[in-house]
Amino acid sequence: MMQPGLYHLLFISAALFFIGVYGFLTRRNLITMLMSVELILNSVNLNFIAFNKYVWPQRLDGVFFTVFVIAIAAAEAAVAIAIIINLYRSHQSIDVENAEELKY
Amino acid sequence: MFFVQYSIFKMNGTTIIFYLLAALTLVSGFLSVTTRQIFRAAIYLLFSLIGIAGIYFWLNYQFIAAVQIVVYVGGIVVLIIFSIFLTQQAGELLPKQQIGRKIFAALAAFCGFALTMVQVWKHSFTKSTGDAVEATVTNIGAQMLSVDDNGYALPFEVVSVLLLAAMIGCIVIALRDKKIMNTEQGTPNKEV
Repeated sequence: MMQPGLYHLLFISAALFFIGVYGFLTRRNLITMLMSVELILNSVNLNFIAFNKYVWPQRLDGVFFTVFVIAIAAAEAAVAIAIIINLYRSHQSIDVENAEELKY
Repeated sequence: MFFVQYSIFKMNGTTIIFYLLAALTLVSGFLSVTTRQIFRAAIYLLFSLIGIAGIYFWLNYQFIAAVQIVVYVGGIVVLIIFSIFLTQQAGELLPKQQIGRKIFAALAAFCGFALTMVQVWKHSFTKSTGDAVEATVTNIGAQMLSVDDNGYALPFEVVSVLLLAAMIGCIVIALRDKKIMNTEQGTPNKEV
């Protein structure tokens, strides 16, 4: 077995990103689409940490970007879930095919 | 001789742990986007996020791993599970997707992945020379709140304002409209 390094982490990160893209393209339920977005954001965080560890170790910039991405992801998830619950109240469904009009 | 064997064993141990964490992350991530039971999708997402936190621990970024577990595993996944409880009927499967959409999504994802990996393998990253900074909580906190050239005090404040705005926005969005509430309860509002 090879000693894991930067390329292994980049492989994991890219694979997770495109798994998230696949889920985002195939799913039609808003909650599962939100899960795919979370996977994509996590792959980006992993990329930042990997580059900070293996390419630029004398600074902590990757760590800060990761912390800020996590904070923004939390805000995004909270707002998205508020919108989803509001949509469920008005449409009794959270399928994107049923949410075609902006205002009813 | 024994020492050499021991060091080889130790290296293999960390390597094996890395591959186990990678497999946990990728397999549960894949199951999370393919399973047709939405609650299981949330649980697989939970394991995928735990695997990523384990990779952060493996890389010696303990603070980021702790933040990952607290915010994602303890916060966002619980929020997602709550919203599943509020919006889904129990035991209902997600509808089947059209096969054409699946094929084209898989094709797009695979082509993007292949393109990215070809670019990554062709590029050789040069490690910068210089003393490595340990990602300890002390270093991170001192740099995050410093107002020097390398400080992150301004983004920190901006993110706190963003979180406040998101919180107020959630409350405003999720508040029940009085008119809708009355029609939902079956008693149409006479005054409106």
